Amino acid sequence: MAISDYYFQMCDALPGREGLLNFNLMCDNLPVLLKGVPLTLELVFISLSLGLCLALGIALMRISDSRALNMIARSYVFYFRGTPLLVQIFLIYYGLAQFEAVRESFLWPFFREAYWCGILALMLNTGAYTSEIIRGGLQSVPYGQIESARAMGMSGVLLYRRIIFPIAFRQALPAYGNEMILMVKGTSLVSTVTLMEVTGIARYIIAKYWTPVEIFLIAGVIYLVINFLVTQLVKHLEHRFTPYLQHPK
Amino acid sequence: MDFLSLMAFGDSGWGDEMLKGALMTVLVSISAMAIGLFVAVFGTMAKMSNSSFVRGIGNTYTTIVRGVPELLVIYLLYFGLNNAVMGIAKGVFGYDQYIELPVFLVAALAVGLISGAYSTEVIRGAFLSVPKGQVEAAKSVGMNKFLIFHRVLVPQVLRYALPGLGNVWQLTLKDTALVMVTGLVEIMRQSYVGSGSTHEPFVFYITAALLYLVLTSVSSKALNGAENWANKGVRRA
Repeated sequence: MAISDYYFQMCDALPGREGLLNFNLMCDNLPVLLKGVPLTLELVFISLSLGLCLALGIALMRISDSRALNMIARSYVFYFRGTPLLVQIFLIYYGLAQFEAVRESFLWPFFREAYWCGILALMLNTGAYTSEIIRGGLQSVPYGQIESARAMGMSGVLLYRRIIFPIAFRQALPAYGNEMILMVKGTSLVSTVTLMEVTGIARYIIAKYWTPVEIFLIAGVIYLVINFLVTQLVKHLEHRFTPYLQHPK
Repeated sequence: MDFLSLMAFGDSGWGDEMLKGALMTVLVSISAMAIGLFVAVFGTMAKMSNSSFVRGIGNTYTTIVRGVPELLVIYLLYFGLNNAVMGIAKGVFGYDQYIELPVFLVAALAVGLISGAYSTEVIRGAFLSVPKGQVEAAKSVGMNKFLIFHRVLVPQVLRYALPGLGNVWQLTLKDTALVMVTGLVEIMRQSYVGSGSTHEPFVFYITAALLYLVLTSVSSKALNGAENWANKGVRRA
């Protein structure tokens, strides 16, 4: 007998319809929902990495002396932090397809796919929030550190690479951890544009069997576990990057 | 059709419908924030309690609600509350008809529960930032528990909590976009309906985005004013 047979036998032993919740059904559908986890993680990973690159550029624009660059960055952050993620997803997925010009352009294969629209929306959204986190980190670098680095003869890229970025990174890490969790939760919204990640699959199962409470409960547990792992990862990173703050053993 | 005629007021355009949607968004947000603050008072009391069991309940609440997608919390309450109310009606009162709770109530409760988890953390943080010495000093001049709470803790906690609560308000405002799945006609639902019947999704969603921008920027102005007011007694270097 395969392992899956043992699993479903174990599920059959759980109480079914009579109880408060149908545990048998929850157990049976757990593997189905877990099939959505790779897509959820993929969306999180891709949009976070692209968003981080974008945010770095935006943060540098925000602290630059050029008024035009500053204004562009400011409006971008204002728009994406001031509107719900759902509007951003709908605007990109449903809104852009309205235009003939978009449909006939070389970008259409890209905007036609819910996958890319979802990633674009998530990336732009996290980019705006992350740029503020990075800006906070960069501004928290004590001026004396920069001055002494300059006195040692560092400048430009070297100054950023050796002094500013490492300090800013440590400062920004806890806030960025929260942003990562927000992104994991944010991916559930792309289920509204037909993507089959965990929430999408949950909605599909519910449309079939009409057992909303049970299925959404397990989906919730899956997200909780993912977010727990993310929190542990951030804790671990914080521990690694701030050795001077630890108590001596 | 162009933007202006689509968003005109009256029977020909969707302008008044969209504004009504915005009003509904504001109403849901205010109710949710109020419910959230009410929940947060108990949440804070639970998390700062001496009993580890009560602390556990508080921690479980904030961890679960902040770790699960808002959309799922709304779905769960939307389907679960009706079932629960029907179950109770049947079990306790023997009433076995179909009961449907008003969507506004469900939406406000769901978003309120989410906003409450964040408010709990903010208020707890504010309590912790009041120096212990102040409470000790108040005790030593003979103030009782109620007086300490009312004269020493509350004024300072409010001041410390205000920026954080402002952030929670902005979050709550944006989270109400998700209650469109319950069918409550707020900005997002209205845009969805409008774009479905006119095939002009871009116009409707950009209007929705603009309405949210107006709401968030007006509240951010108001919150800044409130912070200045709350901080007027603070000496600044």
